[in-house]
Amino acid sequence: MTSWLEATARERIAGLLDPGSFTEFVPPEARITSPHLAQLNQPAAFDDGVAVGRGTLEGAPMLIAAQEGAFMGGAVGEVHGAKITGLLERALDERAPVLLLLESGGVRLHEANAGLIAVSEIMRAILALRGAGVPVIVLNGGRVGVFGGMGIATCLCDRLIMSEDARLGLSGPEVIETTMGVEEFDAADRALVWRVTGGKNRAIFGEAVLVPDDIAAFRAAIRLDPVPLDVEAEHALLGARLDRFGAAEDALDIWADLGIETPARLPLLDTDDFLSAIEGKLA
Amino acid sequence: MERLEYEFDGGAPVAPRNRPTLTGVLGSGNLEVLVEPADLGGRVRVEVQTAAVGFGAIWQAVLADVFARWQVGDIRVSINDAGATPAVVALRLDQALSDHTGGGA
Repeated sequence: MTSWLEATARERIAGLLDPGSFTEFVPPEARITSPHLAQLNQPAAFDDGVAVGRGTLEGAPMLIAAQEGAFMGGAVGEVHGAKITGLLERALDERAPVLLLLESGGVRLHEANAGLIAVSEIMRAILALRGAGVPVIVLNGGRVGVFGGMGIATCLCDRLIMSEDARLGLSGPEVIETTMGVEEFDAADRALVWRVTGGKNRAIFGEAVLVPDDIAAFRAAIRLDPVPLDVEAEHALLGARLDRFGAAEDALDIWADLGIETPARLPLLDTDDFLSAIEGKLA
Repeated sequence: MERLEYEFDGGAPVAPRNRPTLTGVLGSGNLEVLVEPADLGGRVRVEVQTAAVGFGAIWQAVLADVFARWQVGDIRVSINDAGATPAVVALRLDQALSDHTGGGA
């Protein structure tokens, strides 16, 4: 068993793909680094915090990108975003499935508008792939989780595989607390943060396939058949969810409403026991 | 930020066909090390970009110690540093040189 959480972006790629099959595009020795960080007199990573390339998974060719959460929280700068967008556009040309190993706080604030534009380009490229029926799979198991623009991008993809340690959201907990007050969301309450944004709650809402924190478990959960995109049905689903659960103060209220027995025990269960506990009780 | 450059006499040249290797991550208190073969007449060249200004003498001491232990030559070592301590730098360089040479030198 190899922990996804503890691995670097490059270790995740190496552990996921067939051994030795990864070929990197724009590798570190090309030194395509962030011009914005240089202007701000900050050290810039040789790969701008993301590795992109091609490889095989059980013999099947695919394209892959992995964000490095330890470099600036996996935040998307201009070069970082262009590497992911370029990979997605290549996938459209080649009709090749894409694995996105995401770990990101969202836009890199140092790069402001360039980072925002980069994220919107990623979203547009994902939607082009959805329209063409080329699958895009997100694997989210890192410490940072996936927030901000990359959280939106994740929800545009065909499938999401998550561990319970990972989180998915739009505004991060600290952002919500800072803008709306601690009564709205207490970012220091880690149990609350994970109940709301963590992999288990995302699995209960049917947004994520939950796997243990193990690279082999992530690999085993990958399904490559494309999911048809029906935006209006998706909107109706989200509207119904808001009507039913909009008044809930905590994910615990939602779990109780779904008829899950003693919902407070859910965060303590391992993946298998958790999946049995929620069987037939999905939102 | 400060940019520092060093050269060492080096030892046995690494294979010029070795692929470039990247080791470590540019996270807080950490560093990344890119090792590439280079035709330097057997010498070692080290380029450091560091967020911590004013530690050139300590970099010199740590790097001299590392390349006294690793008798390798004809390599270019490029480092991006976000305030790693000297011990972390030495360990990361050992890892990077091990990665690049396939474990032995």
